[in-house]
Amino acid sequence: MSEKTILQIAGLYKRFGDFTALHSIDLKVREGEFLAIVGPSGSGKTTLIRLFVGMDEPTDGTIWLRGQRIDTVPANKRPTCMVFQSLALFPHMTVGRNIEFPLKVAGVDPAQRRERALELLDLLRLPREYYAKRIHQCSGGERQRVALARALAFDPEILFFDEPLSALDFRLRKTLEKELKDLHARTGKTFVYITHSLEEAMAMSDRIAIMRAGRFEQIAPADEIYSRPVSRFVAEFMGEVNLFPVRADDDGVIRADGLALDPAVAARLGLHAGEAGTLMVRPENVAMVNRSDAGGAAPEITIGGHLRAEYNLGSRLQYEVEGPSGQRLTVETLRENRFGGAPGDAVTLGWTLDRCHVIHGD
Amino acid sequence: MERLDRRLGALTATPMLVLLGLCFLAPLAVVAGFSVMPSKVFDLWHQPDFSAYAELLRQGYWKSLAWSLGMALASTLILLVLCWPLAYAMAKVYRRFTLILTIGVVMSLFVSENIRLFGWVLTLMKGGLIEGYLRHWTGTGFDGLLYNMPVIVFGLVYVYLPFMLFPLAQGISMVPDDARQAAADLGASRARILWEIDLPLAAPGIVVGCLLTFVLATGAVAESKLLGGQAVIVIADEVETAFTYGQDWPLGSALAMVLIAIVGAIAIVGVNRVDLDAIMGRRR
Ligand SMILES: Nc1ncnc2c1ncn2[C@@H]1O[C@H](COP(=O)(O)OP(=O)(O)O)[C@@H](O)[C@H]1O
Ligand SMILES: [Mg+2]
Repeated sequence: MSEKTILQIAGLYKRFGDFTALHSIDLKVREGEFLAIVGPSGSGKTTLIRLFVGMDEPTDGTIWLRGQRIDTVPANKRPTCMVFQSLALFPHMTVGRNIEFPLKVAGVDPAQRRERALELLDLLRLPREYYAKRIHQCSGGERQRVALARALAFDPEILFFDEPLSALDFRLRKTLEKELKDLHARTGKTFVYITHSLEEAMAMSDRIAIMRAGRFEQIAPADEIYSRPVSRFVAEFMGEVNLFPVRADDDGVIRADGLALDPAVAARLGLHAGEAGTLMVRPENVAMVNRSDAGGAAPEITIGGHLRAEYNLGSRLQYEVEGPSGQRLTVETLRENRFGGAPGDAVTLGWTLDRCHVIHGD
Repeated sequence: MERLDRRLGALTATPMLVLLGLCFLAPLAVVAGFSVMPSKVFDLWHQPDFSAYAELLRQGYWKSLAWSLGMALASTLILLVLCWPLAYAMAKVYRRFTLILTIGVVMSLFVSENIRLFGWVLTLMKGGLIEGYLRHWTGTGFDGLLYNMPVIVFGLVYVYLPFMLFPLAQGISMVPDDARQAAADLGASRARILWEIDLPLAAPGIVVGCLLTFVLATGAVAESKLLGGQAVIVIADEVETAFTYGQDWPLGSALAMVLIAIVGAIAIVGVNRVDLDAIMGRRR
């Protein structure tokens, strides 16, 4: 992945009547990267991607592809291509004709078209016999691959995906996620992938852009988004999380409801006098400190509570703990570190400073 | 389970089958019977022969038949081109407009076809709306626009518009929007989308609309009588004449049988050409 920008968006707005679906979107997509745009349903992801490929016109703002303005170029003249949520395969054509469609449009001769289609079937791990199959004879996963092959046949500068896996079952989705990541590596193309599933984004992408109500909340590599979210929204969107409001008084004293916080430690949270924030710690970074065999580094921040429930997540175990002011706290451990307590037991949770993160602002 | 479904389906279809048999097939059988009777008889109890068909060939009825088929074809093609954009707008663009257009077109069907055609006679005839006003304003008139072949085609187009428009709109509404968008996204021009996506996917509606208008226009008689005068004698007119003035029921029946055979063959070919299930991708 290079640092070169392939797609740049500045001040992009989209309004539908009184409703503003996109508010001043700025984004730079890097050449060859796998960028995931993640957001809850209705946050404007599809709207955004439709502007990228030219199916809709922005109300305001500019889109450059390799330095050239493309926001006024019609969809069929843009060197971009999209894999639809619905896949949008042509039901009246065979698999082969679907894949060949963009080549036919480009005027490639039939023999070459066929050859390329067969190559793409190989690339997508579909048997060559599928060339003559009809779309309705293919399973969900196979259709997915046909749609991908068709998009690759177009040979776009950037390939956009609008939640193409959302209709598939869990196992198939996992398989295709891996294949997609692998395909990205092999083709070296720039992928922009939209999803409402954070897990999917984490599994595949180099960078993640979190979208909320028509705005980007944070654009960063997956690890950074996970461990250092810029807002409570991002923190909560990225899976289970424990959040504690913290506030520095005007005289610099840190107050955190229910948390046992050593002043020396508190000083290192990085809160200015008079500033409010949220202390975030992921369940897997929290330990049950009153366990007999508690190992690892001594916790710097602790909180007391009562065990409510234990959930089995397969390889991991999750505990629900009720905090001192009734808040719900979550702890996760590996299966072999099972905590033997029963519901109602008093427990103390703790973690070190480097395992938590402070979100500034309310 | 599926077999039970099928049996129940057949059972529920029985009343309709009986009704169709009585009201549709029985008269057809009578006509077929008369068509093989000797000339000018009025019952079915004679030695069958094919004299009526021979007479039909000798008298040059093929001309009327050709006129009917030709004008039906012309009006069908004109209607297809004319109704496509309208149907497209109905199905995809203006939802409001669809309702207004539908009500308008359906309302016009409440007025008898003959009366509507008379309206056109009054408009197009010499001294009628068009020619009359033209002469009033410019001082020079012309012979009126009636009594020629093109005006018959115009009449057919006018009368059978709903039979093309609604099936076409139905067909176009079956074209998924995302398929059109995907085609554009993959570089296809509007013309190519029309040719490779819209037309094949709307084919069921196109075929139904074309068959309806073609079949109806082939059997049409009022347009040629009212607007066309004696310019062209259509086949349905000949059938009518044979049954009434001619008092030759076997000849009329033979003419009708030929017409039914041709139209039926075209309908069967048309329906078979579009495999509805394959197009919709829903074959079981
Ligand atoms: N054509 C449209 N007209 C009016 N509102 C629209 C239109 N398209 C999308 N919206 C609205 O824009 C918002 C974002 O929609 P969308 O981009 O589809 O969200 P997402 O793909 O993230 O689920 C939604 O509130 C939706 O109702
Ligand atoms: Mg969407």
